[in-house]
Amino acid sequence: MSEETYDWVRLLQENRDDVLARWTEIVRGSLAGRMSATESSHDLREVLDALLAGQGSTDVRSPSYDGLRSLLAELSRTRARQGFTPTETAVSVFALKEAVLGLLQASGDLRGYRAFADLSGLVDELGLFMVETYSATRETVIAEQAESLLELSTPVVKLWDGIVALPLVGTLDSARTQVVMEALLQALVDTGSEHAIIDITGVAAVDTQVAQHLLKTVQAARLLGAECIISGIRPQIAQTVVALGIEFGDIQTKANLSDAMLLALRRSGLDVVKSGRGRG
Amino acid sequence: MDRVPILRIGDVLLVSIQVDLQDDIALALQDDLSQRIVDTGAKGVLIDISALEIVDSFVGRMISTTAAVSRVLDAETVVVGMQPAVAITLVELGLTLSGVRTALDVDRGLAILAGRESGVVAEADDDDQLDD
Amino acid sequence: MTSSTTEPTTYAVAADADVVRVRQAVRDLAVQAKFSLVDQTKLVTATSELARNTLVYGGGGEALVALLDKAGRPGIEIWFRDEGPGIPDLDLALTDGWTSGGGMGLGLSGAKRLVDEFEVDTAPDRGTRVRIVKWRR
Repeated sequence: MSEETYDWVRLLQENRDDVLARWTEIVRGSLAGRMSATESSHDLREVLDALLAGQGSTDVRSPSYDGLRSLLAELSRTRARQGFTPTETAVSVFALKEAVLGLLQASGDLRGYRAFADLSGLVDELGLFMVETYSATRETVIAEQAESLLELSTPVVKLWDGIVALPLVGTLDSARTQVVMEALLQALVDTGSEHAIIDITGVAAVDTQVAQHLLKTVQAARLLGAECIISGIRPQIAQTVVALGIEFGDIQTKANLSDAMLLALRRSGLDVVKSGRGRG
Repeated sequence: MDRVPILRIGDVLLVSIQVDLQDDIALALQDDLSQRIVDTGAKGVLIDISALEIVDSFVGRMISTTAAVSRVLDAETVVVGMQPAVAITLVELGLTLSGVRTALDVDRGLAILAGRESGVVAEADDDDQLDD
Repeated sequence: MTSSTTEPTTYAVAADADVVRVRQAVRDLAVQAKFSLVDQTKLVTATSELARNTLVYGGGGEALVALLDKAGRPGIEIWFRDEGPGIPDLDLALTDGWTSGGGMGLGLSGAKRLVDEFEVDTAPDRGTRVRIVKWRR
């Protein structure tokens, strides 16, 4: 047996079960019981087979590693979604080095060390690949959360038959305004409401873009066959709107929600009167 | 060429657009409608666009022109059932269909034509198209 | 950062029915790329405006539709090409309300507002090329 032919592929093939056992042990230890032994040994066996399928190539991007990359990508995505840290994710492949090193120390096999050096570089690259996939997945998760947060913060409430209200609170940026406006228009259609009140009492500031979105919403609502009333315009916002030269045109505005509600009721052909039986 | 059918209900003409409107069909509809208004002496036109996935400037213009022509022929036009996504896109495009009456659905549109409801009507701007 | 483009599909724009065909193809692709309904509608509407321009002002031409990918974010790119008379004054053509006939003068300027990227390459007697891109939000 010559030195040259003894590469890491042979090293791993000849000691497959031993390596797998050591590898599984290390990974399990680092994940502190968050992954069952059977689960991790099954995953790792698949990874090892895919690694051996590359026939010793040290190029992570080579087509012979397609299966390996998709396995590791899947593993990284799963870990990212389950809330593992990047270290806990990449350790799955890094631990292979430790396992092989442990094996070499135990057997005192000197030939193996040169083979190990090649394997080591490859494993490092695979680890980086896992971290990359991991962070890409985390970014997707964060984006999804931001989106669901947007939806959470846009409650369209029914005030009366045919009247819905959209109370806006906090900072209105362009993206959020767009989402809430779409939600409002959809609610008008879904509930068959002809009147909408957009209450901006809780809005800190209105800039040109947000005001434009408000105007566009009112215009879009008219195209559907519904009228909007904007209520709760605080003095500072009214001044900003005038200073920015934003034309609210023929859009109905009211100082507060109750005035807007009364207007919407009257437009629906209803009125609010004292019953005479009250104590007021 | 396909034509969009026009139904007559009392003194109202009902048009329900169920196809992806191509330009020549839209133009034919505009002609057919004015002819039918004259023939039947209809007092109202209801255009149901709830099935339309887009309204571009061409179809928008067809609707505005139809409304204007019917007005001259003493009939009122109400456009009903526009989808929210379509409305948002039309506004972004710069088309507000000024002067065209709109309603959420056919029932409300008929009620407007029967004079029972005031409906929503956008103020007619001088330039009749752009608000920005 | 990975960035890729699929081979574009070419559609002829020579009749009214072709305009409908192009926008249906764009709609299908936008659905496949998981665009929101509003973004689908905006892109399809812009497509309709520009395909009509190609047909009416360019005397016919073609539309090329491709799916893009920028670091996992899908986008749709559409080229409209004609060998017509070209647009003599592009700035004027991009003004709201300007029209050389037909529409409401919102074709170019309106379409521009509905997409994320918008480029026009035109000159008298050299035809017109319009490129639009919309990315998934």
